[in-house]
This record gives sequence, structure tokens and C-alpha cells, in this order.
Amino acid sequence: MKMNRFLLCLCVIAFSQPLMAESGKPTQAISQPITTQAFQPPAEEAIPDNEFGDMIRFGKKIFTETGIHAGKYVGNGLKCVNCHLDAGRLDNSAPLWAAWVKYPAYRGKNKMVNTMEERIQGCFIYSMNGTAPPASSKELKALMSYAYWMAQGAPTGVDLPGRGYPKLAKPQQQVDYQRGKQVFESNCALCHGEKGEGNAQNGNYVFPPLWGKDSFNWGAGMHRINTAASFIRANMPLGKGGSLTVQQAWDVAYYINSHERPQDPRYKSDIGATKAAYHKHQCSYGETVNKHMLGGGL
Amino acid sequence: MKILTILFGIKLLVISAVTYASPSAENIIRQGNGKGAVACLSCHGDQGQGNASAGYPYLAGQPAEYLVKQLQDFASKLRKNPVMQPFASALSADEIKAVANYYARLPLPKTASSMNNKSSLDKGEQLVTKGKWSVGVPACFQCHGNQGQGIPPNFPAISGQHESYLKAQLESWQKGGRSNDPVGLMQAVIAKLDSAEITAVSRYLAAQSPRKVK
Repeated sequence: MKMNRFLLCLCVIAFSQPLMAESGKPTQAISQPITTQAFQPPAEEAIPDNEFGDMIRFGKKIFTETGIHAGKYVGNGLKCVNCHLDAGRLDNSAPLWAAWVKYPAYRGKNKMVNTMEERIQGCFIYSMNGTAPPASSKELKALMSYAYWMAQGAPTGVDLPGRGYPKLAKPQQQVDYQRGKQVFESNCALCHGEKGEGNAQNGNYVFPPLWGKDSFNWGAGMHRINTAASFIRANMPLGKGGSLTVQQAWDVAYYINSHERPQDPRYKSDIGATKAAYHKHQCSYGETVNKHMLGGGL
Repeated sequence: MKILTILFGIKLLVISAVTYASPSAENIIRQGNGKGAVACLSCHGDQGQGNASAGYPYLAGQPAEYLVKQLQDFASKLRKNPVMQPFASALSADEIKAVANYYARLPLPKTASSMNNKSSLDKGEQLVTKGKWSVGVPACFQCHGNQGQGIPPNFPAISGQHESYLKAQLESWQKGGRSNDPVGLMQAVIAKLDSAEITAVSRYLAAQSPRKVK
């Protein structure tokens, strides 16, 4: 039944998209939380009770407590689940099942075809500011197993509804640091701290740091204003996704990403050269914001 | 020698500061402050363990900052509670701090679990540890700590809290009676749960041992 609904949903999308394209109207970006019936990954209880199941469960543990179970590859205070909510299951929060069926794929980021392993390694290098677990490592095998298991029944090669973060409409006004600061202080600082430092208990972050040395580096996808704005608009504050306006999401994403963070691991001879090579997108790397030249790294 | 004398002096100062603060808090808790605030222990127990049948929460080991805010909110009626409002209003800012610090330092209570219904516990565990993301509800433990031990300064400990109190609070959040949550987080989350889920969550949490931030 669930599968039938899902297939029906896919059909509707398949038929409606060309019509929308012909009408010449731009695809409407969200203004409300997404309600599309998304692919439903299997329940956690359905993980098989065998050797493969053990590997899947280990993958889930890494995913939710990355620093504890894959600590040697993690260089900051973040965990996979910080950006992929509900242990990688939640639609519109870059769910694993939607990524699984779209790899291998060519990525503009490194201008080559990436396997799923390489995609996950990228998360460790940039978002976790660490090092890539080798494809032969137990950690990467476990994460691959977890993603594969979660995507069972999903059609390979299909851009599933709920993949990544929902693309956000452009802001009506130019993004603004001061406005972003206000949004941050009234909506985010409660958990993430006034200085974006997060909240750690016994050395483990309960609420992730958003900038500073324990946050993602200048090469992570989340340092892009548009990516962060999309994630925030759909999912933040936790439990109140969709409550910020489009403008607020852009402003606060700009504010968060206009603070110093660990250096881009692809750093060339200087900030200018690194910016020219890798930062031709919406980000503050190499820009001067609030009188600070950003990109010096930490 | 000189250093030792100074250290001794500092130690004396610290001891006197502690002994100065503690009796005042203890007096209030045991006897009231003589200005309208009655003894806290008459409802919250002599160990800060609360009272399950009356629905009074345990306070022992709760984050001090959280307790301060609740007392301030009772006084200002941001948190509406006709019982607590006059008592909290009768406490000075210093007395509020002293009482909150005193309770925060008390050892956790040993509350008796009230678990009985297995299916309700399972549903409660699911909500408490994983949430209900299909309607946008994160796990309770995502903000209140991975064992419900609370995350200072804003998120209280919830594990081992009395079922009667938890249920009353969750229902109050849902109906708008309680609305002193920062950023409206509790109100947003609880709006998406039904009464059976509220019961299940309260029952599961009450069946856990109280935990404390180390």
C-alpha cells in the first residue's frame, strides 16, 4: 500500500513536470513545509538479524555518533546526523535513500564521476573537517551498508522527491548580516550558543557548533549560503521547520557563514587563489564581511 | 608561607560564602522566607523528590539556570501557576538563585517507576528516543540530552520525572496554558502529538531513572 502510494506519487511528478516546463512558469519554491508523500525507508526494526544487519547497525551508530564510532576520521564536533536529520531518513534533509540511488554521478565540485564511497568520503573531508575513511575500512563499509539498506525498494537513478534540501526561492532583499544576526539571536542561539559555539556535554556536542574550529570547514557544502538557507528553511529550528520566512533563512544562513571556520583542505597558495579555484558560488570565502576578511581558516 | 596564608584566606572566604548561601536556601526550603514563600519541601519533598500523586515535580539535580527561569516566570506570570505564583513573587532575586543552586546540587531522587502497559511504553520509547519525524517531531532526547538528563541552561531533566507532572505539563503546553518556552519549541512540537502519545511519552519517561548532567 505504502509502495503503491509512492509509485502514484512518482507518476504524478513524472507527468506534471513536463507540463510545468511547457507553461514556462518557474517551479514554485516552497513557502510551506513540504508535504509530498516521500519514499519511506524501512523501519529500523526491519534491519536483519545477521552479519549484514550488524554492519547496518554499525553504520547507523557511526551516522548518529560519528565522533564516537569513527573518531579517527573526524576533525571537529559534528556528526552525520546534524545535517541529515532522523538518522538520515528524513526527506528534505538530504536523506541517504535519495542519495544512494543517484550515485555514481558526475560532480562539479571535483569535476569527475564520484562513487557513493567517494561522496561519503567528501563528507568526512569537508563537513567533518577530517580525513577520508578508506573504501576498505569497516567504517565506510558500514555507512555504505546503512545507506543501501535504507534505499531498498527505491528506484535507481530517479531523482526522488525529498532529495537534498528543497531549493529556496531567491530572497527579495539582498542578504544582510545585521538582520541575520537578529534572526540568529532570537531563533538559533538558544541551542547553538550566542557565538555559534554549540553546546557540549562531557565533550560531546548535543547542539552542533555552526562556526569556529569545531564546525565544518570552508570546503563543506553547508558553507554555501544557498545550501544552508535551504536546510534552515526546511528544518530549523528543530521541530519548527518552515517557520522562518524565506528572507530570514537567507539572512541567517549568510550570518552563520560569514564567520571564520577551518580552512578549505584544497587551499592553494593564498585565499585569492583558493577562492578563484573553488569558491565561484554563493559564499563568503575571501570576502570581507563585518570588517573581517574571511577565509583565513582556524 | 605567604602563599599558604593567602590560600588559607581564600579558602576561608569560599567556606564562608558557601555557608552563608546554603543556610539561607535551606531555611527557605525548610521553613519559608517569612515573607510569603512557604517551605518548598511541603510540596517538593524533603529531598527535592517531588510528589507523584499530587503531580509536584522533582527538583533535585535540575539545572540551576532552568529553575531560576521557572521561578522568575512564575513570579511574572509568564508561566501561569496559581500555586507557585505567590511564593515565587515573595522570593527576592538572590533567594531565587540560592534556592535554585541548592536544588541543583542535591543528589538525584530515586523515583519509583510506574510502568505497566507494554505497548504504551514502546510507543513512548519511540517518541522519546527517535521522535516522529513524519510530522516533524524530533526525539525528546534530542534537546533534553541523550538520556533525558537535561541540557543546561534551558532544557530540564525529564527522565524519572513524575508521570503526573509530565502529563500535566505536556497537556498544558498543548492547550496554551504553559507558554514560557524559549523560541516556542515545546509548543511547536507538542501541537503535533495526540493525547495517547502524550500519555505514552509521560509514562515512558517516568519509568526511566533520573539522570543528571555530569
